[in-house]
This record gives sequence, C-alpha cells and structure tokens, in this order.
Amino acid sequence: MKHRNFDVIVIGGGHAGTEAALAAARRGADTVLITHRFDRLGEMSCNPAIGGLGKGHIVREIDALDGAMGRAADASAIQYRLLNRSKGPAVQGPRTQSDRALYRAAIQNIIKTEPRMSVIEGEAVDLLVKNRIVTGCTLADGSQITAGAVVLTTGTFLRGVIHIGQRTIPAGRQGDPASVRLAERMDELGVTLGRLKTGTPPRLDGRTIDWTRVGQQEADAAPVFLSFLTEEMSCRQVSCGITATNARTHALIDRNLTKSALFGGQINGVGPRYCPSIEDKIVRFAEKASHQIFLEPEGLDDPTIYPNGISTSMPEDVQVELVQSIEGLERCRILRPGYAIEYDYVDPRDLRPTLETRDWTGLFLAGQINGTTGYEEAAGQGLVAGLNAAGRALDLDSAVFTRDESYLGVMIDDLITRGVSEPYRMFTSRAEFRLHLRADNADQRLTPKGVELGCVGVSRRTAYEAKAILLDRARASAVSHTMTPTEASRLGFGLNLDGVRRSLFDILGHANVDPDAVFGLGELSKVAPPILRQLAIEARYAPYLARQAMDAERLRRDEAVRIPETMGYDALGGLSNELRAKLERSRPATLAQAGRIEGMTPVALNQILLHIRSGRQ
Amino acid sequence: MSDTIFAPATVPGKSAVAMVRISGPMAFEVAERLTGAIVAPRRASLRWLRDPQSGDRLDQAIVLGFPGPGSFTGEDCVELQTHGSGAVIRALLATLAGFEGLRLAAPGEFSRRALMNNRLDLAQVEGLGDLLAAETSAQRRQAVGLLDGGLSALVGEWRGAVLRTLALVEATIDFSDEELPDDLVEVAMRDLVGPLDEMRRELDGAVASERLREGFDVALVGLPNAGKSTLLNRLARRDVALVSDQAGTTRDILEVRLDLRGLPVTVLDMAGLRDAEGIEAAGVERARLRARAADLRVFLVEDDSDLAVLGVACEADDIVVRGKADLHDEPGVSGATGKGVDDLLGRISDVLSLRVTGGGAISHARQRQATERALAALERGRGCLRLGDVELAAEELRLALASLDFLVGRVDVEAVLDVIFSSFCLGK
Repeated sequence: MKHRNFDVIVIGGGHAGTEAALAAARRGADTVLITHRFDRLGEMSCNPAIGGLGKGHIVREIDALDGAMGRAADASAIQYRLLNRSKGPAVQGPRTQSDRALYRAAIQNIIKTEPRMSVIEGEAVDLLVKNRIVTGCTLADGSQITAGAVVLTTGTFLRGVIHIGQRTIPAGRQGDPASVRLAERMDELGVTLGRLKTGTPPRLDGRTIDWTRVGQQEADAAPVFLSFLTEEMSCRQVSCGITATNARTHALIDRNLTKSALFGGQINGVGPRYCPSIEDKIVRFAEKASHQIFLEPEGLDDPTIYPNGISTSMPEDVQVELVQSIEGLERCRILRPGYAIEYDYVDPRDLRPTLETRDWTGLFLAGQINGTTGYEEAAGQGLVAGLNAAGRALDLDSAVFTRDESYLGVMIDDLITRGVSEPYRMFTSRAEFRLHLRADNADQRLTPKGVELGCVGVSRRTAYEAKAILLDRARASAVSHTMTPTEASRLGFGLNLDGVRRSLFDILGHANVDPDAVFGLGELSKVAPPILRQLAIEARYAPYLARQAMDAERLRRDEAVRIPETMGYDALGGLSNELRAKLERSRPATLAQAGRIEGMTPVALNQILLHIRSGRQ
Repeated sequence: MSDTIFAPATVPGKSAVAMVRISGPMAFEVAERLTGAIVAPRRASLRWLRDPQSGDRLDQAIVLGFPGPGSFTGEDCVELQTHGSGAVIRALLATLAGFEGLRLAAPGEFSRRALMNNRLDLAQVEGLGDLLAAETSAQRRQAVGLLDGGLSALVGEWRGAVLRTLALVEATIDFSDEELPDDLVEVAMRDLVGPLDEMRRELDGAVASERLREGFDVALVGLPNAGKSTLLNRLARRDVALVSDQAGTTRDILEVRLDLRGLPVTVLDMAGLRDAEGIEAAGVERARLRARAADLRVFLVEDDSDLAVLGVACEADDIVVRGKADLHDEPGVSGATGKGVDDLLGRISDVLSLRVTGGGAISHARQRQATERALAALERGRGCLRLGDVELAAEELRLALASLDFLVGRVDVEAVLDVIFSSFCLGK
C-alpha cells in the first residue's frame, strides 16, 4: 500500500477546494489537493460569472488575503459590470462574465506556481480516523495519505442525484460520478446531513441564436477590477443578449408541469428562493407575463451560451420546445440539457468558526457541503478552512473572522449559528456593518490580518503598504485642514452657519458638497485620484461608522464572553424548550453568537451570562 | 429542562380562598402525588391534599391543571385553591418545598417565564405590572389595554410597515440586477407616511398616559396663610398638614394621593409663596420649582392681584379660586367648612380627564423614548431616500426597527429577506 504524508489534504477541486489548498500552502503547509482531473480545476459548473452584490465583496476579501479568485476572474473577464453603480459605494458590487477556459487556465496556473501545493488525480473514498482525530484519507486505488488536517470540499458530490424530467442520474455534476462511499463515512462520523437542491439551465449553441432579435447589455465603459492587484484589462469585452419568456413559454410549462422533476414529486431537497427554476417562477408568480433571460457567452472562442433565467428540470424534449418558444431562440440548438441536482449537505451548526468540525479534530468542511451556493461563498469558506487546516497541522494561530470585519465573518457566523434552510447565498443585507464592509476597503480591512496570518505574499504586501501610507497621509491632511462655515461658504460649500470649524474631511462627507471642489484644496490637490476617491468614501460614511462603532464595541464585548464547550443548557433554569434545543444544536462559542440565534431573548442571554459567571467562582 | 417553581398567588392572611401556583415540567406530577389522583387538564376537581411523606391531610382544595404551552407561563401549570388559612398555606408550601426539583419562585418569576416562552411580550409584562399596581379605574383601564397587547399591536403595525419599507429598500440594493418595479423607493417613502403620523400622534398623547400611570401632580399655590393646608386636610379627610394661623407654617412639601373620579392625583401642599428669609426662603424656592413642574396648579387667592406676586405663572388650564370661602359670601372654597370643595374637585378632574382622553397607548418613559428614537431614525431615513442614498436609508430604517423591537421583540435579517422573497419574483 502506498503511503504518503502531507500537512494538509484538501479533497475536492472546486472553488472551495482550490482556494483552501492555496491558502494552506501560502501559510506554509505542505498541501495536497485530491481531485478527479487536474484539467477541470477552476471549473465554473453553473453560470460563467464571478462577483456581484455581496459576492463581489467576498471576492475582494479573498483577494485581500491573497487568494486566487479575484486574479483569475480578472484574467478571464470578458464583461465587467459594477452593480449598483448609481448607489452608495458600500453596496456596489464588482462583477464579471468570465471566459470559462481562461478562468480554468488562470486557476491552474496559480496552482502550478504555488511551491508548497501538489495535486493528485484520484478519488478520495474514505477518511482515516483515529481517536476522534481525522488523520488522512484513502483513495479509490487503496493508497493512503496522512496529514495533520483534512479539508473536505465535496460540493454537490455527496449522494448527488441529477434530475432531468423523470430521469435520475447519480452524479456530482454533469459528467462526474457522485461520492457515495464518502457520504456513508460521513454518516458513520455522526454528522447531521440534510438534503438541498439546485439547478442549472440548458446550454445553448450561440451560432443558432438570432442575435438581431434580442436586446444587448454592454460592458461598463470604465471597468472595476475584482483584484486589488489588477491594473489593466486582459480580454476583449463582449455584450450579453437579453430576451424574455412569453405567454407561449408559460403555457408550455404549465401544460408539462407534472413532467418536471421539481413538480413531479421526485425531489425532496429544498432549493434557493432567489434562484428559482423557470417552473417555480411561473407557478409562484403566475401574474407575471414575462421573465427576463440574459444570454451570457461562456467564452470568447466558445459558442456556448448560458441562458441565465431558465434553470429547469423538464425532460429534454420539453426543454427544446421551451427554449424555442422564446424570441430569438426559435431555431436554437441545446448543447446540454438543464437539470436539477439534489445533494447531501452537512448541517453547518456542527462546525466551529474555523470551519473545523466540532467533534472531529482535524476535519474541516468548506463550500456547498456546508449548505451554501455560489462560487464566491464556496471560495471564501475554502480560504478560511485552508488557513485553519494549516493552523491545525502546523500549530499556528487559528484564523477567525468576525461580523464587524468581513463578509467572510458574516457568512461563517450565519452558517454555524443559524444553520441553513435553503442554499445560503450572500446578500449585502446580511451584514449589519455593511457601511464598513465595503468592496473598496477589503484590503484595508483584511490585508494586514493576512500578513499577520502569513498568507499574504510580498508583492501584495508591498502594494498594500504603499497605498496605506498614501491614504493615511491624505486623511491626516484632510482632518487637519479646517475652516469656519463662513470661509466654507466663500468656497461655495453650503454648510450650516453655526460657527463650528470643520475639517476638509467633514466637508467631504457632506451630502451636498461636490467632492471635486474639496479635492482641489490645500495638500489634497497633490494627492492621487484613487486615494482621493477612497478618502471621499470614508468621509461619506464616517458619521454612520462612528455610530456603528458602538454596536461593534458591544459585539466585541459579547464575543469576548466565551461559553464553555461543556455548557449544560439542561441545568439552566428558565429557558424555553425551543430555545434550549436551538442552543444545544449550535452550541455557540460566545455570548454574542448565542445572541444571534433566532428567537433569542435578552432574558435568556442574561441567564446564560449569569450561569457562566457563577461557574467561574 | 427548566426546574419547577411554586409560590402563593394570594396575599397571606385570613381569607375564604387562597391559591398556590406550580409551574414547570413537574407541576402535574407534583399535584398528582399531593392528591393521589390524575389531574385532568383544564377541569376543576375537588381533592384532598396530603403530605406524601406522612400522609397528613393538609386541606381540601380545588385543583386545576393547565398543560403547557397553553398556560400563563407557557409551561405545565397547576393551581391549588385551598382555604385561606395561614396554617394551611404554610403547611402546603413546606410540603411542596420537600419535593426534589421543586423550589419557591423568585419574585416575578412566573411573569418572566411567560415572557421567555413568548406568552407575553415586554410591553405586556409592563401592563401586567401596572395592573397589579393600579389604584384607580382609569389606571386599570390603561393597564388592561397594555396587558391586552394594545401597544404591542400598535408597535407590531409600525414594525410591519418599517419592515416592508426596509424590504423594498433592500430589494433595490441586493436585487438591482433583477426585474423589479421602478418605483420601489417612492412606494417605500409613501408607506412610511402612515406610521410616521401615528407615531407622532402617539407621542403627543404619551405624556398624559405616563401621568395617568404615575399620577398627576396638582399643586396648591397661594400666599402664606391662604388656607392651603386646611384645604389639603379636608381633601385627605385627615390631618396631614400642621395647620396654624401663623403664616409660613408649611415648609416641607406635603403630598396627598387621591382617587379623583378614577384618576390618580397627588395634591401638593407647599410653603406659601412670599419673599422670606433663611430656612423658609429655601422652602419657598423649592415650592416654586415644584409648582411650576406640576401638571396643574390651583391658585388659592384673596383677589386676582395675588397672582402677580406669587412668582409662579398661571398656565392655560390652571384653576384660580378664592380661598377661605367660610369668611365671605363670594364663590370660593373653604377647607374649614368644605364649602366649594366638591366643585373644585370637579373642575380638577374635568381638566385632567380631558388630557387623558388624548392619551395613547404609550405610558412608560421607556416606551416613549424608544418610540422617539424610532421616529427620529425614520425621519432621517426618509431624508436619505429623498436624496437617493438608499444604503444610508436602510441603515436608518434598521435603527428604527431596533428601537421598535426594544419595545416588544426582535428582528433579524431573515425577516427582511422573507418579505422580499414573498413579494417579488427573483432569480434570473
């Protein structure tokens, strides 16, 4: 039997797995990634886009910690769009359509150049477990690999079943087998498994689309990159097509509804509300006469089109009719049918904030296996799991992210505290510190932390520190340059004539002040435009952030109150049974986390606090 | 599991009936061991209570069982209605304390469990406390309204409106690339108008409601020796104030609580207002401050020229009346003979009743402050929406929600997303 040893094993080569392996390696761990095929690393199995609202924020955070996703997205970007461009900077989300082949190539290239990382093509079929510690895995060929930590990122592969109409195919994704033995091992470990579903639309042959009959959505004239390190565009920019369903489409779906796997009763898993199938949309919103469809090119040299908006699990013949009922697609050929996929996920309330399983030391879970959806969410978890797996293997500090510092923290805390009832996707509205957790300042929030954790390389560190110095200097001069309201009004700024001296920073944050007029004043006139833009954003939110700082302080205080792992909620008087069950289920690590459990009351929190205090005496 | 608690629910002392309540998982088991019989849910049964150790008969009692969650505390509850004898209650409490896992409840613990099990919200608990403390019929009506969830329902409506508005605003942020109606922000702004008006109206009435809960202060104001203390004694039907013919006898502020046609009123007698020296001067100054702060002033005068020298302004609803009416034939009031007293009380209660009619559901300072915070945040939020700063508006709306939740419950982001998902078709 072959036997090899690493610091960290990552099982699964999706977005979570690649980011996990890279992060572990960057942190100094000798890391191996096990996947079926090297050439499918960096695959985008669903829509060919990276970023968006909430998601773009996560990509920037991954990038700030020197992860791969942002750089790969920029290397393959064929349509940049900044979502919410007309709204405040806190809720703007950078997004790009990516060329799938170029994205894969970019990820694979980053992996090849990571010295501490290697890839084994194979199938991990079992975990090695000794004394509740996970020590490695067994491959399908019987060989064993040992390590100080294992990151499991199996996506939809755990008992994955694809549904196309009445047909069911056990598979992890189109063309790849499901991992059944691993799922059985997970059963034996006693983790709580649930079932979710998601879906994907049919892929169309762009050469058979009548592009003259569909609308066009163009790329932004001024692209906003996903990575802080990107300085110029890599690819030609293309447009997406826009068309829509119509009365014929809806009638067709209505007539064939019982043939859909979703409505035929074959599927038990819960699907995401924000990414419904076209069947779902037509049944739930019967009053809508039409639903928009974006026709997204999958690559510059690839005729495949991803029709965003018609995810379906109808039988193939109905899918053909469905597609051809749509304007511009009358003669369209389907390259691959759409499908729904059901898969097992692990209740993330079994996890710690490091994404290590609570009961199995050395076993980390990341990505869709934790009940999330989306490349960005998966990659973000992969990064955190990878950092911590390295920490476990090399005995380094754990990397815990908090709600007031990052979307990564919001996501992981949501998952481990509340669990999921549908595939979890990031929204900016999930972040209570949204005005601080911006895409534009992800580097300021996280790069210093990444440097401390040892996962940020020299070039990013140097670039960041140069920017930080310039920004600090600009901020200092904006704060120290003050004027009276009379002086300000002479310069054309309409402020209250209240006699209070204001700094340029204060004035910059005023709703009815043109920032460009402030930029020309004093020392600021010598500052580079990107730094000035950053300063203006900070000034806009400064009054709110001051208010939120109090909330953040309270949060940190409650985060500092650790709840012992052995906390017995049975012994705790005066909790409702429902609340007690929830506490037992998520076993919050801190008082703050307990406070975020749904239905938690201040009285119950008080009980917990009192109990902890009395235990200490 | 939580432990099981018990406590007497009636005041100790001789009475026809006394009641002991048990709440918690062991409630039914304990009652069954006391009675030797099954306790049928929600049915009154006459049973002998026995000490299970000695077999001693304690008393014959009506036993009533309420299975959770449909009980006051939300847990299994049993009521033991015994005879109102101190000896019976003492023996019963001692027996209950002998059960393993049973303990005497801490003060307010039954209500706290009701709160924790969502049988009552915080405002309702306040209402319950008010009801127990109510002294007058108007206070009772107010407390019952609060206990019945009057404020909670109102706050629930506001909260619902703010939540819907927030959902609209969040939808324009998180789903801006989806097919949403164009006018969501306008709809959001319009939807806020109703709650904003209602909150302003409720806050206008809040001061009167708070007074009703805490009592109205009515100050007797006049020159020294105007007959204020005699009048106070008449109102109190006992000698509260030391009365003498010597001006300046009253230096401290004396209070008498009255139930005035259902309104709780505290009548304040204070030093006569004149220019004085030394310790009396301090008393006079304190009296002026207190008189100005009172809800209503009754000026006892010999003629209207007195008003000018008292140093306390006569405000809109204040009452001016001639004192010592036993000494003259003009209309007025006399503490000594009682002449005109009923008439004066009638006028006071008319003024105060009118104020209470305008009073709203908000009757605690805590409730008022939270509503004020919510209102201010909503007004700022509307301003942000007008400027198109949706992310700042969302921030203000969240703050408003948090303030409203402070009154009754909690919100979380899932609640916002639920509203979004049930309202719009999302997902391309």
